[in-house]
Amino acid sequence: MNLILPELSLIALVGPSGCGKSTFARKHFKPTEILSSDYFRALVSDDENDQAASRDAFELLYAAAAKRLSRRLLTVIDATNVQRAARKQVLDLAKRYHYLSAAIVFNLPQEVCLEYDQRRPTRHVGPHVIRNHANLLKQSLRGLEKEGFRHLYVLSSPDEVESVTVERQRLWVDCRDERGPFDIIGDVHGCREELVTLLCQLGYRVGPDLQVEPPAGRKAIFVGDLVDRGPDVPGVLRLVMGMVAAGTALCVVGNHDDKLLRKLNGRDVKVNHGLAESLAQLEGENDDFRERVRIFLEKLLGHYVLDDGKLIVAHAGLKEHLQGRASRRVRDFALYGETTGEVDEAGLPVRLNWAADYRGEAMVVYGHTPVAEPEWLNHTMNVDTGCVFGGKLTALRYPENEWVSVPALRTYCDPGRPFLPTALELSAQQRADDMLDWSDVSGPRRIATRLMGEVTIRAENSTAALEVMSRFAADPRWLIYLPPTMSPCETSREPGLLEHPAEAFAYYRHQGVERVVCQEKHMGSRCVAIVCRDVDAARQTFGVEKETGILLTRTGRRFFDDVALEGELLARVRTALDAANAWERWQTNWVCLDCELMPWSAKAQELLRHQYAAVGAASRAALAEVESVLKRAAERTSEAALLYERHRRRAEASELFTAAYRRYCWSTSSIADFKLAPFHLLATEGVVHADKSHLWHMEELARVVGAGEGLLQQTSFKIVDVSEEAQLGDGVRWWRELTERGGEGMVVKPLDFAVRGKRGLVQPAVKCRGPEYLRIIYGPEYTEPVHLERLRSRGLGAKRALALREFALGIEALERFVRREPLRRVHECCFAVLALESEPVDPRL
Amino acid sequence: MLLTLTVMHEPAADLGYLLGKNPARCQSFPLSFGQAHVFFPEVSPSRCTAALLLDIDPVGLVRNRRGPSGEGHSLQQYVNDRPYVASSFLSVAISQVFGSALGGRSRERPQLAETALPYEARLAVLPCRGGESFLRRLFEPLGYNVATQRHPLDEQFPEWGDSPYYTVTLSGRCRLHDLLSHLYVLMPVLDNDKHYWVGDAEVEKLLRHGEGWLNAHPERENITRRYLKHQGQLAKTALARIEQDEGESDNEESTQVEEVIEERVRLNDIRLDAVQTALLQSGAKRVLDLGCGEGKLLRALLRDAQFTEIVGVDVSPRALEIARLRLDRLPLDVQARCRLLHGSLMYRDGRLSGFDAAAVVEVIEHLDPPRLSAFERVLFEFARPRAVVLTTPNVEYNVRFETLPAGSFRHKDHRFEWSRSQFQAWTNGVAQRFGYAVRFAPVGPEDEVVGSPTQMAIFMRIEAIRTRK
Repeated sequence: MNLILPELSLIALVGPSGCGKSTFARKHFKPTEILSSDYFRALVSDDENDQAASRDAFELLYAAAAKRLSRRLLTVIDATNVQRAARKQVLDLAKRYHYLSAAIVFNLPQEVCLEYDQRRPTRHVGPHVIRNHANLLKQSLRGLEKEGFRHLYVLSSPDEVESVTVERQRLWVDCRDERGPFDIIGDVHGCREELVTLLCQLGYRVGPDLQVEPPAGRKAIFVGDLVDRGPDVPGVLRLVMGMVAAGTALCVVGNHDDKLLRKLNGRDVKVNHGLAESLAQLEGENDDFRERVRIFLEKLLGHYVLDDGKLIVAHAGLKEHLQGRASRRVRDFALYGETTGEVDEAGLPVRLNWAADYRGEAMVVYGHTPVAEPEWLNHTMNVDTGCVFGGKLTALRYPENEWVSVPALRTYCDPGRPFLPTALELSAQQRADDMLDWSDVSGPRRIATRLMGEVTIRAENSTAALEVMSRFAADPRWLIYLPPTMSPCETSREPGLLEHPAEAFAYYRHQGVERVVCQEKHMGSRCVAIVCRDVDAARQTFGVEKETGILLTRTGRRFFDDVALEGELLARVRTALDAANAWERWQTNWVCLDCELMPWSAKAQELLRHQYAAVGAASRAALAEVESVLKRAAERTSEAALLYERHRRRAEASELFTAAYRRYCWSTSSIADFKLAPFHLLATEGVVHADKSHLWHMEELARVVGAGEGLLQQTSFKIVDVSEEAQLGDGVRWWRELTERGGEGMVVKPLDFAVRGKRGLVQPAVKCRGPEYLRIIYGPEYTEPVHLERLRSRGLGAKRALALREFALGIEALERFVRREPLRRVHECCFAVLALESEPVDPRL
Repeated sequence: MLLTLTVMHEPAADLGYLLGKNPARCQSFPLSFGQAHVFFPEVSPSRCTAALLLDIDPVGLVRNRRGPSGEGHSLQQYVNDRPYVASSFLSVAISQVFGSALGGRSRERPQLAETALPYEARLAVLPCRGGESFLRRLFEPLGYNVATQRHPLDEQFPEWGDSPYYTVTLSGRCRLHDLLSHLYVLMPVLDNDKHYWVGDAEVEKLLRHGEGWLNAHPERENITRRYLKHQGQLAKTALARIEQDEGESDNEESTQVEEVIEERVRLNDIRLDAVQTALLQSGAKRVLDLGCGEGKLLRALLRDAQFTEIVGVDVSPRALEIARLRLDRLPLDVQARCRLLHGSLMYRDGRLSGFDAAAVVEVIEHLDPPRLSAFERVLFEFARPRAVVLTTPNVEYNVRFETLPAGSFRHKDHRFEWSRSQFQAWTNGVAQRFGYAVRFAPVGPEDEVVGSPTQMAIFMRIEAIRTRK
């Protein structure tokens, strides 16, 4: 006997104890596919016969089954299932997960069961139990067919059991081997002329008899609603039926097709919404054609899973958990979508916008509800552009993801509610993106990045980021990038120094990088500047109203609370971009710049007052007193002379410390006191410039800085070939001059923006700070040999790992943004950068 | 880092005997956090000065840290004022280097140790959290003349203002061990910090070194609280023991302090009461407390059996942890009616839908105005409870708070505070956009001119339009 079982089925074995169910299961199914009640009884009680443990055991068994079903795995319930209530549980579970159910019944003579039971090596349930089970089974057999199992197989003899072969069958909807390319065509509704025009535009050849020849390798897919309302329903049916029969098209059923089918099947349906036109036009055809139409419609499926599961086509769309499954509910959703149960002013049902919440991996292409323009929303697209209502007929080319439309020749039917553009300013995606969902950012997360593969975020880090993001961050629509943390170079052994360029150069040489760029490290606050050409550009690109850009801190906060000041600064940058002709040059209406904003004191006011200036004030006051007291004591005792010498040095150090932080402070009474130094041109329309060299970035930005007045500041840089001894010396000299002039230090980057070395991604940048600047980091007296020696032991591993992951996430965020992916996909990357920033690492690195 | 003690007495060199240190030498003492040096910069027949110089190891502070940690605690920083100021480190040094003198003992000059002499103590840098007036309130009642010099944060940036650091000279006639005890206790009190964990042993230290002067000190409450690092329970124990010693004396001042606090507490209680009443009247059974903080309202609601399911939501995991600890003290069946969720009002959250009512008490003023629209949708469009009870400060009332400087908000994190008309305009807009009816109620004592300190809005959902069938 050959048992045909769908791949997505939940199978109940039914039969008395001892009838050989477990042996049968082991023969035909994988061990992990079998959930046996004996096993679960043992799991909860250490005794597979302990009937008192059955309740707990079944609770676990069904929980395990539910998990398997949600993961699309075939599952076998190996329990007696001789009671109707037990089988009902199996059926309910299958229904809940849109699975097909099957029952395999072991209706063997009682003696056989008794004999099997005796032969068992470990345990015997006893004849009375088997007799009881057999009676229950006998009662069950009468009504079993009506219980609702999709497949029911009854095995009546040991020979029959022995002869069984199991054949697993794919679901009809599962066409994952069909990989396209496809042309997916929206609701046709009898618009034969437009359909023919569209097919021709797509490169199909349509003969006078409506025979269609596709371009090599391509296939058409119809999203349903071929019939009703339009002028030539029979023509459309003839054409599509021919293509489907010839294997050059697939077609899913639409609600109108379904209703016509019910009418053709003689069911009593209300003739409205254009059904009358179909019926009248079909009147003109012969019986044979009508019968062929009936059979064609009857065979249409609710949806298809195509191209290895990457593409779903369904008339009204399909939620992720229903895809590739089979049940009445799946079909109903595919046909009608979901409604709120409410009706609008026009009396039409209010549809729930499932696509707005769609989070699936597979692209879903659908129709059903006419829209003015095909639009992407969360990786779904509605291609019903209302041809029959005077709109157009649209096809989406897959995998090219381009669309082709032909306008309707005329309006054949009045749409119940207007669907043509009503001056909508924001795209569907932007409207949906107005709201982010907690479940898109909470808990442990794995984010796929192009540069580093999967980046994992731990739940506690997400928790920390949720607080920071919610309380302080700017509008998430502006958050398209957060800069990564940056590691210093390895610790130098040079006397008196913690950091020296030699280590930075050595790092890159070791990574196989030949040329590096040394950039002046400005001492201000990191600032991501997004500047749009005007309000319209900001709305189109970012979906925000009445804004033209933003200045963000490295943690995604608005840089300035003072909106007017921010506006003025943005305007200055915009003027420079205008003057540099940057919009045309970069073919864009917006730019995202990575910058440093000076002075440091503008943003770090709190820190300066509570820490830096405070320590300066305390140390200078204290050490001045100490110095004078020790001086007097030194006149009396020679031991005090040593102490005096030491504290004189400490007093000097505190003066140097004060001088160090003062260099980066000045008061800002007007916009003229600010400086903005851009060093990365991160992204413009459609492009993330992570594929360009830093030389390119420097040169492009130099044009803008040169064209600006006052605010913008150049970043000086030097290119060093790390394999050339002489150039290394030049690099070190350059750094020394920079730091001696009071500069913070320099940042060394590989010449290319993102470089993969022998061991994966290379640090995108390494900083090398000057010795005086480091007083602000390691304290006024860090240069004392006794301190310095201990400070040299510092681990960079954690910092570097974070720097790489944050870099990969930042670039990923930008790339997703320029690809116009849903905001949550961009947001999750920025959110992850913030989450990683909550990792405890030495803040001085 | 530097304490100098000068005595004006003949022979002044007796100070060496009193401190147990030889005025002719410079001695060093190793301490766990660095070194202490004692030397005598001045020894004349009538005047003798001893110096205690504390040389704290700044790298060791960070690297060998055992003390309290926590958000941005100063001991985690290399750029740190600790090596330069008088703090609990100096107290520890006094007890270790001048232990006998602190205890009033002197082998060679026991009588002199019990004699009040004219002393001058100078602290090179003393952080005074609470300012000069607090400094004076601490030392002047003990009989000292106080001379101070305040240091600016940075003389090149006068706009940054003054630092909390003072050079302080105390002069007076007293016993050496009194002077040392006063310094021992009051330096960390002025600094308002401790470099080590504060536990029960700290109460004993306070009682020991405060013996004979603390119970009569008008600032004893503040001293106790700050010395015990604001650990309420410890402070209560200590105060009880200090005041027991004092016997029947009335403590007018401490009741005054309480009243100030009570004033503040009362408004919060009145507010929670008003919210609870509004929730009760709405008939709600399943309620959300959005921005529940440490759970005060949750615990109040739990006392009412009408509320069968109470869910507290907050964005701060720390606040939720505290709320959890407090809920854990309740009986299990009461706890069972209450859940805590970590969540944000900036993100749509399916866990928040299906509730009868939501309380949003003193929350919106913590949101940036441009982000309010997200909050509105999260609550009124998606969570969509039948009733919403929302409170926020009435900025007009701020003029009635005497301690609040004009123009500033009631809390550092407030992003805005609204007048009654601003609040009502926003509230009416929300109600209209999302299909709610709204009414307003004052919370707290109502003033004829400026209204009540807190304003409350109660939203009720207008039932869905034309349900099919």
